[in-house]
Amino acid sequence: MKSCLIVDDSRVVRKVARRILEDLHFTIEEAADGKLALDACLKHMPDVVLLDWNMPVMNGIDFLRQLRRAPGGDSPVVVFCTTENDIQHIQEAIGAGANEYIMKPFDSDILQAKFAQVGLL
Amino acid sequence: MTGDDFDFLCRLLKDRSGLTLTRDKAYLLESRLLPVARKRNMKSLDDLIVALRGRPEGELVRDVVEAMTTNESFFFRDIKPFDQFKNFILPQLMKSRAQRKSIRIWSAACSSGQEPYSLAMLLSEEKAKLPSWTIEIVATDLSTEILEKAQAGTYSQFEVQRGLPIQLLVKYFKQQGERWQIDSGIRGMVKYRCLNLLDDFTAMGSFDVVFCRNVLIYFDQPTKTAVLERMSRMLPPDGFLYLGGAETVIGISDKFQSLPEQRGIYSPVISPSAMAQKLAAGAG
Repeated sequence: MKSCLIVDDSRVVRKVARRILEDLHFTIEEAADGKLALDACLKHMPDVVLLDWNMPVMNGIDFLRQLRRAPGGDSPVVVFCTTENDIQHIQEAIGAGANEYIMKPFDSDILQAKFAQVGLL
Repeated sequence: MTGDDFDFLCRLLKDRSGLTLTRDKAYLLESRLLPVARKRNMKSLDDLIVALRGRPEGELVRDVVEAMTTNESFFFRDIKPFDQFKNFILPQLMKSRAQRKSIRIWSAACSSGQEPYSLAMLLSEEKAKLPSWTIEIVATDLSTEILEKAQAGTYSQFEVQRGLPIQLLVKYFKQQGERWQIDSGIRGMVKYRCLNLLDDFTAMGSFDVVFCRNVLIYFDQPTKTAVLERMSRMLPPDGFLYLGGAETVIGISDKFQSLPEQRGIYSPVISPSAMAQKLAAGAG
């Protein structure tokens, strides 16, 4: 079973994503901001991180940059999942090492398609 | 809707598009045709059926057929067929067509253009391997409305997230407000034509690869057989036909055979007479 860390400050979004990904047979961990996510990753690198952009304490892009610099931090597949839907944000995310990018709102079709694309399914 | 009305609509759709509508798909009539009725200020499906039973204007019939046959589509649908194209078909064609340096591809029933554009992007990514090659992608659909959408190459945020890798979105699309338009270079690689697969389409000439995925499922058996027979005349012996994952030629056509190890791809069966002609030509 593959593990997914869901990082989003909205409990509702985490719950929706959890339900979809559990159906796809992922084990789920949750984090409410980038700092908590980084702590979780340093303890145990997940196979994939589903990552919001705008969050308190530490945002998604700062988390991603720190993750990619951490030992073993190049291994998780990182899929952004954010309301930021302009090309500049997308390019910045790819530049920082994101593997895929989902523009909210999302549904199970999109999540499944994106996870399939990066070889997770 | 009465059983008689249902049969009437089935016959109409079958005659005009080849679509075979089974009872279990009756709900589609309601969900797809009500918008057509509303557009004409009709209150219900019954009003629409009355209009169709009278002497309907061609445009009404066309709208009904289009509404029932338009299917959603997404970029790089099912992924695997495109991997097979890149890793299996393209290398073969690059060898077998090395002299003439041209490849013709037909996307049959292309809907809103995601399939031909996926191929165009894939070929564009591979273009370093294909210097001075001519690639022609012909895409056809029954619906003029959907072809206009395909030609415009403009998609919603939802559509560009289904199957399209983010790197390709960034590389080949321009954001226009809430929508995304595929760039003119990619659009220019695809030629669109309005075509009904029930008609004789052999005048389009010969193709090296035909994509006919998730189309035959809407036809009854004799129609499937006839369409495959005509397609077999348009493919050279070393050409390729793609069908959808849930489709097969078994029991439908002896003009194609599945390729070992390449699920979903078929090659024309060379008939004994054609083989004899070939041998005779070789001997002469």
